[in-house]
Amino acid sequence: MTKKGRLSARRARTAWVFLLPSLLVLLLVAAYPLWRTLQLSFFQVSILQFPLKPSWVGLDNYKSLLADPYWWISLKNTAFFTIISVILETVLGLGIALVVNTRFSGRGLMRTAMLVPWAIPTVVSAQMWRWMYNDVYGVINDLLMRVHLIAHPLAWLATSRLALPSIIAVDVWKTTPFMALLLLAGLQSIPDELYEAATVDGASAWQQFWRITLPLLKPALLVALIFRTLDALRVFDVIYVMTGTNPTTMSMSVYARQQLVDFGALGYGSAVSMGIFLIIAIFAAAYLVSLRVEID
Amino acid sequence: MKAFKFLAVASLAIAIGSATMAQGVTLRISCGAVGQELQLCTDGAQAWAEQTGNKVEVVSTPNSTTDRLALYQQQLAAGSSDIDVYQIDVIWPGILSDFFVDLNDYVSPDLVGKFFPRIISANTVDGRLVALPWFTDAGLLYYRTDLLKKYGYGAPPTTWSEMAKMAAKIQAGERQAGNASFWGFVFQGKAYEGLTCDALEWVFSHKGGTIVDDKGDITINNPNAVKAIEQAAAWVGKIAPPGVTSYQEEEARGVWQAGNAAFMRNWPYAWSLGNGKDSPIKGKFDVTVLPKGGSDGQHAATLGGWQLAVSRFSKHPKEAVSLIVYLTGYNEQKRRAIKGSFLPTRPALYKDADVLAANPFMGKLYDVFVNAVPRPSAQTKQKYNQVSSAFWTAVHNVLIGQTDAATSLRMLEQQLKRIKGRGW
Amino acid sequence: MRSRSLISTLLFYLLLLIIFVYLIFPFYWAIVSSLKSPNELFETPVRYWPAHPRWRNYVDVFTQQPFGRNLLNSTIVAGMTTFLSLVVGSTAAYALGRFRFAGKHTIFYAVLSVAMFPQISVLGGMFVLVRSLGVYNTWWALILPYMIFTLPFTIWVLTSFIREIPRELEEAAFVDGASPLQVLRIVLLPLMAPGLVTAGLLAFIQAWNEFLFALTFTVDNSARTVPVAIALFSGASQYELPWAQIMAASVIVTVPLIVLVLIFQQRLVSGLTAGAVKG
Repeated sequence: MTKKGRLSARRARTAWVFLLPSLLVLLLVAAYPLWRTLQLSFFQVSILQFPLKPSWVGLDNYKSLLADPYWWISLKNTAFFTIISVILETVLGLGIALVVNTRFSGRGLMRTAMLVPWAIPTVVSAQMWRWMYNDVYGVINDLLMRVHLIAHPLAWLATSRLALPSIIAVDVWKTTPFMALLLLAGLQSIPDELYEAATVDGASAWQQFWRITLPLLKPALLVALIFRTLDALRVFDVIYVMTGTNPTTMSMSVYARQQLVDFGALGYGSAVSMGIFLIIAIFAAAYLVSLRVEID
Repeated sequence: MKAFKFLAVASLAIAIGSATMAQGVTLRISCGAVGQELQLCTDGAQAWAEQTGNKVEVVSTPNSTTDRLALYQQQLAAGSSDIDVYQIDVIWPGILSDFFVDLNDYVSPDLVGKFFPRIISANTVDGRLVALPWFTDAGLLYYRTDLLKKYGYGAPPTTWSEMAKMAAKIQAGERQAGNASFWGFVFQGKAYEGLTCDALEWVFSHKGGTIVDDKGDITINNPNAVKAIEQAAAWVGKIAPPGVTSYQEEEARGVWQAGNAAFMRNWPYAWSLGNGKDSPIKGKFDVTVLPKGGSDGQHAATLGGWQLAVSRFSKHPKEAVSLIVYLTGYNEQKRRAIKGSFLPTRPALYKDADVLAANPFMGKLYDVFVNAVPRPSAQTKQKYNQVSSAFWTAVHNVLIGQTDAATSLRMLEQQLKRIKGRGW
Repeated sequence: MRSRSLISTLLFYLLLLIIFVYLIFPFYWAIVSSLKSPNELFETPVRYWPAHPRWRNYVDVFTQQPFGRNLLNSTIVAGMTTFLSLVVGSTAAYALGRFRFAGKHTIFYAVLSVAMFPQISVLGGMFVLVRSLGVYNTWWALILPYMIFTLPFTIWVLTSFIREIPRELEEAAFVDGASPLQVLRIVLLPLMAPGLVTAGLLAFIQAWNEFLFALTFTVDNSARTVPVAIALFSGASQYELPWAQIMAASVIVTVPLIVLVLIFQQRLVSGLTAGAVKG
């Protein structure tokens, strides 16, 4: 072995030592519970029985999952929620980041305001929005009627057509700032000289956005996108608080909770959880493949 | 294996517990969330502790019933002895029965006989008495006395269709008078347990049964039930706000208490709040029994309320039982009825002059509370939540106009059969 | 030329105003609701400022509830979670961002996959874990489980930050005979400050707001955090929601986070830009 080879072997060892604490923690708090969930998904077992009487059912839970109309409904709802909310959050987040990135008086105030929606606990903000959405005494109907956008009060959460979009609006409100913050970090890492040079060359602001900002923002954008997509795919609190287990809005995680907690179906609920996990894993893999270049 | 260990520990603990009784033990009771309910529980538990020389710690639990059930399940499934006495919903004895001691082993039949028989049977699962009733609840019809008079009605409605007619007339009149936000009737229409309660009242009042009958047979797919659900669906958007299908108790009370509804279906808690100091409707409303489903129908009110149960993992079951016997006793229930308007679970208290002086409506509605209809939790046991969820989803689909009642109930029957499988 | 720039400035500020209102209005509404009397909450037409602001709601939160203790618990739990995530995460990020070794990608994906598991489905296993570690109903019962979502994110953010830092500085330090740990501590950490602030702030907020684990792994006020405490609020009966008090409590818990952002603002801005210095 050359000196260089020994050196890289030593560096690899150092790397593993540095990784060790994180890996240990993650094994403990993630791998173990995940393993347990996987195991349970092959059993039929109710949390409500004492003592627990698990019976091995092999892949039966997964077979029932595929035949379960509510699973497919919740999958459809989740897909709709994810696609719409992630698109809106990315576009709005980018807009806000661009605006906040320019110099203007009151920028500090704006940046603080950005974090407010994110800072309110979801369990509370979802309740708050439910209150604001009320068709009789809710402030949203009142506001929209004052500015003549609607003629009659709408029943936001009670109309099948409006319920999921209304929930998406809440999620967008809550997580756009998070998106904007991640993108802002990316934006601020783009050196000013590039824009100065482009301005000298006579490029318009629009051209500068497409030619400089967007390409250089790509890594930050992808990171933000991945985290938002993965988060949106397991959306729980906001839907659970606002409309409960109603099939018109139920997400996959809400359905998993209904099985695990409300019905005490540990086995089937675990299979639902593994289903969610698999779907998210496919998305993650797809993203990572497209991101591979960035990691190296 | 694990179970054996717990049992061994538990029985050992019983032995030790009785040996050291004189020195006093520390119990943990889970009751109430915060506010008055928690305060009353704490006072009651402390009084017992002083009398018996033991100690009690009160553990407050989430306000939301589903959160509370989730917490209990985790605790109990892990065999945790952190909590000795659990406050449980009237529909939970069937769900959680495996985790509680059989009170028949501890208390005399004589004592059990002092409670409402209907609530005792709701607490009895496979012959085991799982919990003692602490306070009860039942659905009521709230109505605006001033508005009924204004529109020429001498008495509250006795049937649902009569109620709908009155509601429509009052609503039209009040809107003409300038209140665009006025509605005839509000109830709990969100897809959750509250809708099961409301819909059970509609169905039962039309003589449509209780979803699953006492023998465990599925009875929900019948013409009377279809009629009842159809009737309710017709209210939405007409006399009830379109948003009612997203309402829980508080949303309904919000519309009602601001003076924006003529009728409301709700629990007794809205009584004292509506008569609060600054309430716009103070003194302008009354409560009565919910209407019948047609002239040949019957009155129906869904049974609610809370019970006290002793965990099988408790290290001091004897003391724990003594605590719940005290808390559900005559004097303690009387104190709670007077101070907090909690509805007693002992018939004798409805004849108690002090209780009636503090809560005049209790005497008047005695029949409602005695005859309250239990949800089918005792027969469907651990599958109750599945049954209820299937039921409220089916009803909700009709209320929001996605299907008609006949189709929905037919599909519900199929679904319930699948849930039932070979037995509940 | 000048009038056009005036118009565009005006439009720009109008846009700002719209964004600002969209972000802030619900919080404003929380404040308004927290000052209303129970009956005013349901009033129609809606009132945009209470007739008689009821500051008593704020006092009630502290007098009718051990809310001070809940705030302390939340601060310690969120603070410790953030601290541990940053300490453990920064060494991992250093390894992933700077070192070449077999299995690096696998590790990276594995870490990411942890971040995506739905919380509800690890609940059961986590409960068993928490009990067997004997930390049930303590701060540790929350700090450890919270690492499942704060740690992967921290590692991710810090890794991308480390990659942005020029190698020359480190290499100079290695030549001077420093160990990798010293390099990380003395050379890299100061340069990573903006990344640490960003990742730390995000981890803190996540831990501060978490509900499901906090509900399940605590049983009384010795460890109970603020979101759970708020969920416990009830009125005289189980059905009543003391809305004004809930809103008052929400305003109170949001304020520390706003203060945090204000404190770290300068650091956040200058730091984020400093990270852009090209290598």
